[in-house]
Amino acid sequence: MLTNTLLLSKQLPTLQYSSTPERFDETWEAPLSILLGLGRAAGADFIEFFLERVNYISCLAEEDTITSITPRLSTGAGVRVFRGKADCYVSTNDISFSGLKAALEKALSILGLQLPGPNAFIPEINLELLRDYAAKRGKDSWLPLCSSIAEMGEILLDSTAQLQRKAKHIQSRRSSYFRDWQEVLVAASDGTFARDIRLTQSAGLSLLCADGAHRTSMGERSGNTSDPNFLKTWDYQQLAEQIAASALNMLYADYVESGTYPIIMANHFGGVIFHEACGHLLETTQIERQTTPFADKKGEKIAHESLTAWDEGRTENAFGTIDMDDEGMPAQRTLLIEKGVLKNFLADRAGSWRTGHPRTGSGRRQNFTFAAASRMRNTYIAPGDYTTEDLFASIDKGIYCKKMGGGSVGATGQFNFGVDEAYLIENGKITKPLKGAILIGEAKEIMNKISMCSQDLSLAPGFCGSVSGSIYTTVGQPHIKVDAITVGGR
Amino acid sequence: MPNVNEIADYAQQSANKLGIKKYDIYGSTVDATSVQVERGEPKQVKASNLSGVTVRVWNENNTLGVTSTTDVDAKGLELALKTAYEASFFGVKENVPDFSPEATVPIIHKPGTKYPQAPVSQLIENLLAAEKQLLSMHPAIKGVPYNNLAQRDVDRFYLNSDGAIRAESHSLVSIYLYSKTEQEGKKPRSAGAFRISHSLDTLDIKGCIQETAEKTISHLNYEKIKSGKYTVVFSPDAFLSLLDAFSNLFNAQNILDKQSLSTPDDLGKQIASPTFSVCDDALHPANVGAETFDGEGTPTRRVSVIENGILTGFLHSAGTAKRLNAQPTGNANIGAKVTVSPNFYHVFAGAPAPQQLSLETAENVVFIDDLQALHAGVNSLQGSFSLPFDGWIVNKGVKTSIESATVAGDFLQLLKSIIFVEKEEELTPAGVCPRIWVEELSITGE
Repeated sequence: MLTNTLLLSKQLPTLQYSSTPERFDETWEAPLSILLGLGRAAGADFIEFFLERVNYISCLAEEDTITSITPRLSTGAGVRVFRGKADCYVSTNDISFSGLKAALEKALSILGLQLPGPNAFIPEINLELLRDYAAKRGKDSWLPLCSSIAEMGEILLDSTAQLQRKAKHIQSRRSSYFRDWQEVLVAASDGTFARDIRLTQSAGLSLLCADGAHRTSMGERSGNTSDPNFLKTWDYQQLAEQIAASALNMLYADYVESGTYPIIMANHFGGVIFHEACGHLLETTQIERQTTPFADKKGEKIAHESLTAWDEGRTENAFGTIDMDDEGMPAQRTLLIEKGVLKNFLADRAGSWRTGHPRTGSGRRQNFTFAAASRMRNTYIAPGDYTTEDLFASIDKGIYCKKMGGGSVGATGQFNFGVDEAYLIENGKITKPLKGAILIGEAKEIMNKISMCSQDLSLAPGFCGSVSGSIYTTVGQPHIKVDAITVGGR
Repeated sequence: MPNVNEIADYAQQSANKLGIKKYDIYGSTVDATSVQVERGEPKQVKASNLSGVTVRVWNENNTLGVTSTTDVDAKGLELALKTAYEASFFGVKENVPDFSPEATVPIIHKPGTKYPQAPVSQLIENLLAAEKQLLSMHPAIKGVPYNNLAQRDVDRFYLNSDGAIRAESHSLVSIYLYSKTEQEGKKPRSAGAFRISHSLDTLDIKGCIQETAEKTISHLNYEKIKSGKYTVVFSPDAFLSLLDAFSNLFNAQNILDKQSLSTPDDLGKQIASPTFSVCDDALHPANVGAETFDGEGTPTRRVSVIENGILTGFLHSAGTAKRLNAQPTGNANIGAKVTVSPNFYHVFAGAPAPQQLSLETAENVVFIDDLQALHAGVNSLQGSFSLPFDGWIVNKGVKTSIESATVAGDFLQLLKSIIFVEKEEELTPAGVCPRIWVEELSITGE
């Protein structure tokens, strides 16, 4: 019970709160505002609590058997305390008032601060009325509407059966699914008080084919962030057909000959090139570390004039869509590059303080054990004026990168990513499949070589690992042409 | 987290209440602190005390369900047992995992101990000093963008309804430094180093600074390399990262799942050069994070995997061992589907090589220090890799940094193309290993 009079530090042990760990709601306002006030009274400049509850399940089908069903239940909280520009992040599984207070106390002590003495008044932190995105969009009912374990099993087994029907030279076939239900509550000493529920689901098929010494593996995932019926409507028949065809194409493929080529990158997951080569370098985290060549380039041309790119959290059902970020800020549409000119960086709260760039609702984290950092959401190159046929017609000898694997970018801006499905282009036509290709380049250089963008923008789900853990993102682009890139092979 | 005996009591009481007869629990608590600095100021300090358990329950039909939870109190454990029991009715009906036959075998090896954690202020002070020293070692070193000094205490346990109960603890302290250069008219260059120990007192911070600086400086003057076939020398770290990426070769679960480059029939076959041997050795004296039992309670041990180039053993869980008529090896990770993973590699020379090789005398060899982007450039099911790397072209001991290049090949072919395994072993996070010489690997430069 919270009294109307000013609270003394020594009264804290006598307080009783009705906030329940089973639901993050308005009942958390009183204990969190007291804890935030306690942190301010200790001398912290800013304090933020992030509370999280997760109900996760994954399911794996191998051949014609469900071989794994793994539920995971998790509850925890993180408290971030700033003193000047230094910050400390402490996480705990214990979300009781005393558990949160202990975490706060530890964070304060690490920064050289102490809880106030028994007769000190605790300043009141006026939190805003709970901004409840979950209630606003009816998300509280989502979890029970998701597929049951029995339904998961049936769908996954039918999907591996589809692979059996459609593919040749099968060595193994798998289907997997996960459902990640996450409820979060953010309260901060600037008055932020917001709640959301995220429901992320993904299902995928993978295939390993072998014929003598020839081997190939192929996989593809679908993803969704707000449809409890996602698994029920998952089009695995079409997906099975697609990866069976790709696997057969690649089974007897020759290794790519290394060298420098013009390439065409397909739409959909081809967008990983922009994510790795440029997107990461536009996060304020990279400015703070001085690991981006674009730090002082805002307003300057950093890419070919044919290139416009966005990062946003608002596309309906895309894998990186969020109603609010993990610092309680509503998601935005952020224009990154317009006709080659750098327009904005992606900033979380700390990144904004430290670099001066405005917050963009991009403070994201894997879970409560990580402090939020500036991260991408749905990131893509905008459609251009060309047709895909125009792109092919412009190449005498090059490589068509139809399906990309993963990739990464290093501290010096050098990036690389694998190509799962590639074809040789000769005189504007696809002539034969190639395997073993990896694309290598410098971010600063490659951005000026993306010379043609077609009109067929398509988005694909992805998983991005970085300083604040692994998060769900979308990559995307139309078909694009890169005038020259180093292709590692044999 | 409650101690292991309290958890055993909670579990027993909840199991009785729910009518569950057979279960096991694996869990751990990690108390961790890490610091980062930036240009002479503390940047971020992280601290956590996190617990988690994985509960497996067998129902009356002997099918298995699993649940993981971070709520490790009586109520949380009861919910986990109940959820696992419900999931058990959807569990596999063939090759159902069972308790390890070795879960109650006495463990001879002495478990690790916990060391007192250093105050956070001391961690910050040490890392600030390390950053300062590194920046002073060459005018071109302009920043240490990635740095981390971390300490953690780990408590872990395994128990089951047949009375098995094991617990152990250990402490780890590690430092990572990664510096970056800036010079007019040149591309930025970078390199890093890592050290690990039981306690801050014994952590080789000085060595880490020295190695980071030397490596970074050695990359300042770089040249392009012509594409072609080269003899390649892998640093211990680079070689172990590649070996680990292809560990499905000797992973019994992957082999049974047909997700491996090997089959059960490959045991006894020559898969590598006779000069090459590798063991998985969780209890190696150099392994500072040594664990004496795996997720199923099986004691860990030294397992010969490749001896003189011959595939001699697989890494097993209790289930894979039973299916392949072998002994569990202490490499299991508990879950609805038990997985298998290596503990700590020990790579060493097998049969004597036809010739002794040295970087001091060799001409035009590529020395790979660090392989990058393994998640993107390795196709572990096809056996192929194509990876960017940091390294040097070496001529009679003179090292020149390579500007930007990739190495590509087939891992099974690489194993057969090993021409020399040096004697001097180095400690890396993944194990101990000497430098490995491989002939005829494709390098793509210009």
